[in-house]
Amino acid sequence: MGVRRVLRHSAWICWKDLLEFSRSKLRVAMLIIMPLFMMMMVGFIFPTGDSISQQPVALANQDLTVNGTSLGDGFVVQLEAVNDQTGMMELRDATGFDDIKTMIQEGKVSGGIIVPPTFTADLLAGRQGNITIMTDQSNPQMSSMMQSVLTQVIEQLGTQLAEHNLNATYDISLEEAPAVLQPYNVELKGIVPGDPNYFEFVAPGIMAMVVMMSLMTGLPHAISYEKDMGTLDGMLASPTSRWAIILGKVMAQTTRGLIQGFIILLLSVLLFGVVIHGSILLVVLLILLTVFSFVGLGILITSFADKEETATMVMMTLMFPMMFLSGVFFPVQQMPSFMQTLASFLPLTYAAEAMRKVMVLGAGPGAIMTDVVVLAVFGIVLLVIAVPLFKRAMNR
Amino acid sequence: MKRVRIITSELNRERDEEVQARIGCEAMSDVAIKATDLTKRFGDFTAVDHVSFEVNKGQIFGLLGPNGAGKSTAIRMLSTLSIPTEGSATVAGFDVQKEDGKVREHIGLVSEKMIMYDELTARENLTLFGKLYDIPRDALNKRIGKLLGFVRMEQWADHRIDTFSTGMKQRINVIRALVNQPEILFLDEPTLGLDPQSTAEIRELVRRINIEDRTTIILTTHMMTEADMLCDKIGIMDHGKIVALDTSAGLKRSISGNDTTLFEFEIANLDARILSSVKALASVSSVVQDDPTHIKVSSVGNDSFDTLVDVLRKNGAKIRTVKNLEPTLEDVFLHITGHEVRDEVAKAPTPAHRDGPPGMRPKKRVR
Repeated sequence: MGVRRVLRHSAWICWKDLLEFSRSKLRVAMLIIMPLFMMMMVGFIFPTGDSISQQPVALANQDLTVNGTSLGDGFVVQLEAVNDQTGMMELRDATGFDDIKTMIQEGKVSGGIIVPPTFTADLLAGRQGNITIMTDQSNPQMSSMMQSVLTQVIEQLGTQLAEHNLNATYDISLEEAPAVLQPYNVELKGIVPGDPNYFEFVAPGIMAMVVMMSLMTGLPHAISYEKDMGTLDGMLASPTSRWAIILGKVMAQTTRGLIQGFIILLLSVLLFGVVIHGSILLVVLLILLTVFSFVGLGILITSFADKEETATMVMMTLMFPMMFLSGVFFPVQQMPSFMQTLASFLPLTYAAEAMRKVMVLGAGPGAIMTDVVVLAVFGIVLLVIAVPLFKRAMNR
Repeated sequence: MKRVRIITSELNRERDEEVQARIGCEAMSDVAIKATDLTKRFGDFTAVDHVSFEVNKGQIFGLLGPNGAGKSTAIRMLSTLSIPTEGSATVAGFDVQKEDGKVREHIGLVSEKMIMYDELTARENLTLFGKLYDIPRDALNKRIGKLLGFVRMEQWADHRIDTFSTGMKQRINVIRALVNQPEILFLDEPTLGLDPQSTAEIRELVRRINIEDRTTIILTTHMMTEADMLCDKIGIMDHGKIVALDTSAGLKRSISGNDTTLFEFEIANLDARILSSVKALASVSSVVQDDPTHIKVSSVGNDSFDTLVDVLRKNGAKIRTVKNLEPTLEDVFLHITGHEVRDEVAKAPTPAHRDGPPGMRPKKRVR
């Protein structure tokens, strides 16, 4: 059977599948809403600095004035100013360590900040000024939240201190200074311009994941469902090749996956401030490669599952570990090493990684070559296993 | 009904002669389907057991039998959907295993489950399948128009299948199988689940396809009347085997005439004792109780009627009426298999599902 004939038939089967899909407005609506929910969910469900508000925090300023200057007071003013903007904390006065400890134990506050007596003295003497953060160990998010706030405060305080020093020493304002060396500088730096953004981390992974999900759930569903309904017999009894049936189904599912992928891309850029640094063409090619790497798995499961329900269950069982192990939501590097080993066997890991490199870091084809090769090998190996099994399953 | 059947077969004969005249000297045989020892096993269960038969071009061949007798499995093997465990078959002159692609080009399949996408329109369904047979667009549009006209559904062409009644659906389902102008049409229980009116419509349709399109038809049914009405040749299947193979008339002759006679007694005081006394007679080959007062008795021998009446009278039976029955295919089935069709359903080792017993299904799939 000619390749062109197979392609023509698969195009018709794809047309049929998409037409069938489009007949339900609810399904089409869900196709669009699903990625939106996905982005909102992953964007807001994980604790970030922004998501915590009005947490009671005790503040003890024990700083002693040196020559009429109290940098501790300045710190507190800055802290309050920053906090007014973010509204994350509700500051309560406290006297010291023991006082805060009691307050935490009684559940009155979730953490505490102590400015030590020697703060100003240390800073003026050119030593590091220590600020102690006390946390409620039962609430681990607090500590990271307070750290992030304090980082901002200290950064601004540094500028202020620089200004103070300029004024005192040279009698010029900050704007007039040709260059300013800040005494403290907290620096967060990425390799591309712009602030790091969790969406930039998750968006590429979610794109890869949605394509994978649409294929993994869609393909066995599409084939098993038709098998259950008996309509598959119609195609099998026609002169069309088995390849055309698989290919047509894959094309239809890929189209759906691509639509969802692009909705995610669009939402990320328009609503969540993600900047794409790489080439869109490369992103599309990567999505197609991801599809290829999952097709075999989808077909394999289709061949084994006798009923649509079985297929769906097998899919779900495989999909969830893949979603969480593949570094879509959390970097793989943060996982324990045996989990990292496990992740290295999942094609989605490579797909998400490559997508991230291209989208966030603007990587070219050369930089993602390893991922590309791994995905291609996954795809080929799975297809080699799956196709004979599928053919056999079709001729029951 | 009977008359219609005769007319049909006359038309068939006429057509067969014409077809034969047309192909004349060509070395083509007039055999459309030839099955030889066709066997399908699912694990330990033999669904079809060394089935052999021939169907001539232009014939309507019926596979008659209860659910689970192996009819659907036989059809699936002939339509290349299932690979035979043993034996072979040629369909339209091509081997179902070695030349399955060729076979598929020449057949149409109406399966037990409707092969249609509910959310698509009739035209879209027909278009998809037409395209899978590589029919060019113009020819396909013409063909679809003709088929819709054939079942008087032109005005429904652009309506979704799920808005149709079951009868309408089945009409579209049947013409869907005709989109490629198949030489051979397989119909697996085409009237199952239809109301009497739709059933009559579909039967009429089958006849017209056979006459107008000169299509060879193989149909399976568990309804004796359907096989009787439509089929030129009938194969009775039971437990995976063909237990009788003949024309309807031939099959009936095998149980009446000669030596066997079929009587229906209406007995006012019918009870178990009377029934068992009749059953105990050596000349009686089968007894069926239809309702509280009627029994159908098939008996052998010249003096069988006398013997029957003697026994009934001796047991105090009050005979109200006696009829000498024309045998039906139901009686044929009973006579040959020794059990009724509906008994079979209850006792059948397999559920109604075509794939065989549920316990064996996974096995067979990963075979």
